[in-house]
Amino acid sequence: MFSLKQNCWFIKKVVIWRAVASIAWSVLLLPVTTAVFVLLSRFSLFHPIQWISECTSLLTASTTIFTLVVLCGVVLMIGFFNLEFYTLVPSIRCSRMSLLGTVLHPRQCVHSLVYCTMGMLVMWCASVTIGGRYSTLGTPCRQSESGEFVTCLNEYHLFLLLAGAFMGYSHSFLGVVQNMYYVSFQPIQQYKYPRFKGSLPAVVKGSVIQSLYSARNFAALYFFFGYVPKTWIASTLNLQIDSSLQPLDSLTGLLDFSLLYHLAISGTFLYLTWYLTVLLFRIYVTEAYSFPVQSTFTEDAEQCLPKVLTEKNTSVMKFLALQDLALLSQHSLSRRREVFSLSQPGGHPHNWNAISKECLSLLSELTQRLVAHQDAVASNGRVKSQSASIDIRSASSSSSGTEDILETPRLSVPLRTPGSVFKSSVGGAHSALTAPFTPDVDSPFSSPAIRRLVGQQNPHSPWFGTVQSPHVMRRGPKLWSASTESQTNGSPLASPATIPSPPAANQKPSFLTQWMQNRREQLPEASSQALFADSQAHIWALQGLSHLVAASFSEDQFGVVQTTLPSILSCLVVLLEAVDRHFKLPHASSKPARTICSMGDSTYKTLRFALRAALKTAIYKITTTFGEHLNAVNISSEHRKRLQQFLEFKE
Amino acid sequence: SLSLSLSLRRDAGLYGLLDEITCSADEVPRCLSVGSACLLALLRWASSFHGSLFPHLTLSRDEMVAEFSQMLDWSDGALRSFAWHPHTDKFAVALLDDSIKIYKSHSVTSPTLKHRCQRSVCALQWKPLCGSALAVACQSCLLIWHVEPTSLSTRPSSGCAQVLSHPGHSPITSLAWSPTGSLLVSASPVDTAMMVWDVAAESCVPLQRVGGGGVTYLSWSPDGSRLLAATPSALFRVWETRMWTCERWPCLKGSCQSACWSPDGGCLLLSIQGERLVYALTFSDLTGGPKAATVVADLSETSFPGPDGELTVGGEVCSLSWDPRGERLAVLLKGDSVADNHPSVIAVFKTRSVPVFELLPCGFVMGEAGAEPRFMQFHPHFQHGALLTVCWSDGRISHVPFYFSSAGLLGES
Repeated sequence: MFSLKQNCWFIKKVVIWRAVASIAWSVLLLPVTTAVFVLLSRFSLFHPIQWISECTSLLTASTTIFTLVVLCGVVLMIGFFNLEFYTLVPSIRCSRMSLLGTVLHPRQCVHSLVYCTMGMLVMWCASVTIGGRYSTLGTPCRQSESGEFVTCLNEYHLFLLLAGAFMGYSHSFLGVVQNMYYVSFQPIQQYKYPRFKGSLPAVVKGSVIQSLYSARNFAALYFFFGYVPKTWIASTLNLQIDSSLQPLDSLTGLLDFSLLYHLAISGTFLYLTWYLTVLLFRIYVTEAYSFPVQSTFTEDAEQCLPKVLTEKNTSVMKFLALQDLALLSQHSLSRRREVFSLSQPGGHPHNWNAISKECLSLLSELTQRLVAHQDAVASNGRVKSQSASIDIRSASSSSSGTEDILETPRLSVPLRTPGSVFKSSVGGAHSALTAPFTPDVDSPFSSPAIRRLVGQQNPHSPWFGTVQSPHVMRRGPKLWSASTESQTNGSPLASPATIPSPPAANQKPSFLTQWMQNRREQLPEASSQALFADSQAHIWALQGLSHLVAASFSEDQFGVVQTTLPSILSCLVVLLEAVDRHFKLPHASSKPARTICSMGDSTYKTLRFALRAALKTAIYKITTTFGEHLNAVNISSEHRKRLQQFLEFKE
Repeated sequence: SLSLSLSLRRDAGLYGLLDEITCSADEVPRCLSVGSACLLALLRWASSFHGSLFPHLTLSRDEMVAEFSQMLDWSDGALRSFAWHPHTDKFAVALLDDSIKIYKSHSVTSPTLKHRCQRSVCALQWKPLCGSALAVACQSCLLIWHVEPTSLSTRPSSGCAQVLSHPGHSPITSLAWSPTGSLLVSASPVDTAMMVWDVAAESCVPLQRVGGGGVTYLSWSPDGSRLLAATPSALFRVWETRMWTCERWPCLKGSCQSACWSPDGGCLLLSIQGERLVYALTFSDLTGGPKAATVVADLSETSFPGPDGELTVGGEVCSLSWDPRGERLAVLLKGDSVADNHPSVIAVFKTRSVPVFELLPCGFVMGEAGAEPRFMQFHPHFQHGALLTVCWSDGRISHVPFYFSSAGLLGES
């Protein structure tokens, strides 16, 4: 059921252990964060000695040990979720509708539910630790008429529990919106401890800010709707509501400084433990891994760099292999020698051939993707504005190295039913570079644009042919709304395209359709982001290739690189032309607004700029190293002209 | 009184306001004046404590830039910074009016770069392996200009500039591109972290080390394996750029003033503020790094017979520059402005690093009467030897060629 059942050696031997180590560290950090939380929660300025002694006695109490055990469970669960859902290629929703679809997806609902529960657990621990009026759900109180003691609902406790559920949900929600599970690689290598230390202030700041936001939103929500859960819990658990106390869903009840302070620091505690787990996981999983270039034993051959690079199904291994290639090409003379070496016996440059072939196929696949996108835009100018939903799926399915995707316009965008909630995406023929860890998020909301993108048109689709009628254009969103409804009703459809479309003539644009049209037309930049979503791999391939080629100028004894130099150069120039054309499209060169202080990583938004810079640098690296010798390389005259521009530093 | 105080608050900051309230004790309530007096005393005590640890923090931003700029007497000179392009015959000059001019050989157009964030330019550097990108260290931010080499425009719009900033990281006094052009490091004397930028992605990684109180000067070794980071205190660091760990180098006397790397990145020459010596650190992967810096040159005052009488040469080493082939070393020696026959000069040495490091005196470069050298840099790829470009105090820039046939090439052939 879960995609952890990978039979790849790398997942078993490396990734799992890295995840385990990161979770272990998160668990070890729990007592520290708990101690800080205890100190802050009991803080009293005027009785410092009493404060310290109370805290020390509390830290050794059995309840604290028990809450630590519960928190360990929560951290284990979060760590497991990180391992299960992390992705190296972000899923970019190209319209608000598809974003909405993701949020309402049953799997996402279950995910949110689990997070709500974990949030409540953490908040329960926090309220027990704070003690005092927060400690239990039921408190004895005196009934006003009869004067006898009954158990009343402790609204303070309930308030914190609900806040935990709210924070859990908003964490899960923001996880989708901000791509919380996206793991990006740093531009520089650092050891794990300095990296952790360096990112710690940002994480603390982020969790404080997030907690304050959540506390504000939750207080507002509770003010308006707080009576619903209060009366419900009271009636289910048969608890009285203490009428002598000020209810919390009133202005005077909420404007309690101590309550808000405790809410804020408990929220910070909650977010901090979760964010630390995420941070440690990211640090561990992106740590560089050194693959051997060649091995003397044949049984280890599948663990060597040339073999690992061609791997399609394990994106994490592929990414780390490409990173390792980029690093070895820059830093390691001895490993470069192995790359340039010849096989014994036979004298074939197997290592170099395999590595260069894989890098080139990655790059030419990106070129084809860009060209296909440009063709789609050129042939139908509306593709961007109408249904700008080049889903990452199309990118990922083509990034599986199937270079023939354009020649054979078969469509491998299987629109799956989201029947099973944690449906594993492994095993399908389409499972691509991104598959094992990319949450499968898009199924019922894929748009026909994908099919248009890859050149196939579904005859059942209303988009068949070049439809120009405004009625049909308006009808598109109706389909979407239909599919949304069916989705939320729990009877998912295989594809929105198979919905029988009502006749166009009697369609009137309703307010809802117009609103939805409006929603769908937004996020124009996203299609450009989606095209370059996995470009970190291409950047490494470019760096690795260019540095190896440059190093071959002095280190390649047998001239193994010379034979592939023409194809490398023309591949780079063709890619450069495609990238240049892409940046001429509207919105492609607009910079995204910078987001600060959030745990979600937004580096994917600028990957296309990074790719363009890396591409130019790679070509410059080769041209400056080879200089006039490039004139002896056999390439076409247009490419030579372009390279001449680089030789003269006119790019 | 209140409006006066508020206007003071604007002009003189919190200090001025507190000072005013304390002084006008008969106009304001007594508790207010006593409170402000106490607060003022506390603030002064704290800042004197902090300032005694790191005196540079008491400087204003402009003073700080002037103090740590590689251009000597930065505040009153017509030229504020200078940078050769690493691959072509093109250089950029920052002027007193905060504009930057780009001059190219065989080209009549010289583009002028202006941007509203471009104030107090302290350093310039062209991106290696790129034809167009120029990084500019400004008072408040880092600007990356993309000046199309083929464009005929004389006034590129500010849309061509990328603004990079990070809270608490200004003024920026130094920057260094990695030789592969993939990373840019920036430093500020008030920020203990230096920023490693991925410029295209506009993301940065802070590398924090608390000791030293800031970072003033950065220099990347030509082979890309090490990065020197000088601090305002008597301490500098040498980072290795693979895993980004650093070695601490405490100095005895002052802070590191200037430094230059040998072409292979194995040797670092540096000068300490107020000293007349040139130190060398030799890095090698075999021995695991140097243990102590060695003195390679003593440049105390010496008398030479000049064209009109005795000439005293020598003094504090202000700037060092090593030509890209590693055969000529230029050392800027500060003169005595009071004495007549003791001008600032550039001493040029022939250098050799194998089999042992050697410095042989070669000659002096002096300006016209009254002009003092402020900055110097070797042309990165002069065909016939070495070309030293010197910025003078009268606003001139002169190129001093050294024609020689390379010893390394002779040895190879």
